[in-house]
Amino acid sequence: MIFLHADTPAWMLFPIVLPLIAGLLCFLFSRRTFVIALAAVLANFLVVCLLIYQLLVFGSMRCHMGGWQPPLGISLRTDGPALLMLLMTAVTGLAITLYARGYFSYRIFDPPRAGRHQRQQRFFWPLWMLLLAGLNGLFLSNDIFNIYVTLELIGISAASLAALSGKPASQLASFRYLLISLLGSLTYLLGIVFLYRSCGVLDLDLLQNLSNNGPGVRAALALMSVGLLLKTALFPLHFWLPPAHANALAPVSAILSALVVKGSFYLLFRFWFEIFPSTITTPALNFMGTLGAAAILWGAIQAMRQHRLKLMVAYSTVSQLGYLFIAFPLARVDGSAQLWSIVIFMALAHSCAKSAMFMVAGTVFLHLGHDRIKDLSGVRATLPITVFAYGIAGVSLMGLPPSGAFIAKWMLLSSSLASSQWWWALVVMSGSLLAMIYVFRVMSRFFVIPEGVSFIRPAPFSPLLEWPALALALISLFLGLVAPWPLHILSQGSTALAQSFPGGLP
Amino acid sequence: MITTLLYSLTGLILFAMGLFTLIVHSHPLRKILAVNVMSTGVFLILVATAYTPLGQGEIDPVPHAMVLTGIVVSVSITALALILACRVQETSNLDLLEKSKQSKARKESGA
Repeated sequence: MIFLHADTPAWMLFPIVLPLIAGLLCFLFSRRTFVIALAAVLANFLVVCLLIYQLLVFGSMRCHMGGWQPPLGISLRTDGPALLMLLMTAVTGLAITLYARGYFSYRIFDPPRAGRHQRQQRFFWPLWMLLLAGLNGLFLSNDIFNIYVTLELIGISAASLAALSGKPASQLASFRYLLISLLGSLTYLLGIVFLYRSCGVLDLDLLQNLSNNGPGVRAALALMSVGLLLKTALFPLHFWLPPAHANALAPVSAILSALVVKGSFYLLFRFWFEIFPSTITTPALNFMGTLGAAAILWGAIQAMRQHRLKLMVAYSTVSQLGYLFIAFPLARVDGSAQLWSIVIFMALAHSCAKSAMFMVAGTVFLHLGHDRIKDLSGVRATLPITVFAYGIAGVSLMGLPPSGAFIAKWMLLSSSLASSQWWWALVVMSGSLLAMIYVFRVMSRFFVIPEGVSFIRPAPFSPLLEWPALALALISLFLGLVAPWPLHILSQGSTALAQSFPGGLP
Repeated sequence: MITTLLYSLTGLILFAMGLFTLIVHSHPLRKILAVNVMSTGVFLILVATAYTPLGQGEIDPVPHAMVLTGIVVSVSITALALILACRVQETSNLDLLEKSKQSKARKESGA
């Protein structure tokens, strides 16, 4: 019998088990799906808060499943970055759950297609819960093969979610998405095989302590990186992302764009800078930085050229993911502490802002029946809160103060100038400028009201369609004001990160 | 040792063949089969890894557990991919094989 005290490591099982049980219950009781999912997401949020409290009071924790010690058993652990990613998932997940409720209840009122929308809703909730369980498992897991299983869980549920909308385009896109994610995880598995051959262990702590630097480990790291890059959609491997994200239902696009790509990126970052730092060479870091720079520019240019709002937002994801990789070549100078804070801030801000933006796109689509950018005029008159949320999320994407992205970009700029690698700073600034162009291009459309056109009031819809997007956008905007707080969590419980942060914060 | 190497090399070749087919061929069923060949290659290398300490008369059980997990994952993903491929064919009339045959036939008749 386990007694759950505040300092029991077994609490960290709950973020994985709760959504899993909720997913099963959603299959069984198809009438009360929303209540079950909401309860699971809320409980998940509370448990994550408790875990953060645990981290601040007792430090980093390990939980050995079934009492088996690491070389044989699987262990979970909590530390600063993992908990911040969990918190990001919990907050964004809560908002997306509320929004999905509003979205589906609006769509079910549409009589000719009510049956189809009910079916979509019935499958959405269990799959979303399964995806949440996979993501939480990914962030908590400390075993490299267990991570493979969570990657596959995420891949399966994400591809099925992307296919939910039922349009031919979305089915083709999600088939491609499934194959790509399968290819990525197979490459990752091949990497595990190489790693197991040369090290003989699967636990991340043991691998870190071995600090083996042989050719086997290098090949393994290369294979795993390629697999994870494919899943993260870094620039030349991003081709699957825009169709898959843009053709899905709006809550699904928000999930895929805000959370799923972050999971594989988090792993990649952890492997490069925490588990195998001795294997990494400067050319490899510069290569990643170059790809990131190309992603920023290419994604932004493509985003400017799109004619549909959702495709524009999807390409903006490609562009924003580039910032995460530009942080790589700065590692030589700053060490991993500064790097973690840049990357985590970027990920947090982007996750909130991008899911808010996809929610806005979904609401506009529901309201107008299309999302062609050139016909979006006058939306401001009918959906003021949604347009406000779009503006705030756009501010966060551009990286204006006081958003979280501003803090991340500021740190990027200052460390790239401090290490006399000014070209990265140039890319960051031009990326912000391009982001401004594609955000304002839509924003100006929202405010144009053609003369002599009277707008009919929209059909009454649930406040859940508008407020979650605004809440997320505001969180991403004010993330910069509470910056010391996440940095404090980040610096807890990890010896590599315990060094004090340089006082470069504005 | 030579046995392990042989099996591992076969696995790598299977992986490469699968990757090549996945990229080059456009038919959905071929792509699914290619992915399956790739995963078989990876499993073969894993099984060969377990075979390594033959001299001491013991076999490492961890890769076996990994192969079993991998097979379960691969079967379920193949099922999902097949369903999605069927849906794609139904909804979009995208019968790639038929189309390419027809266009070939047209070309031949035209010539």
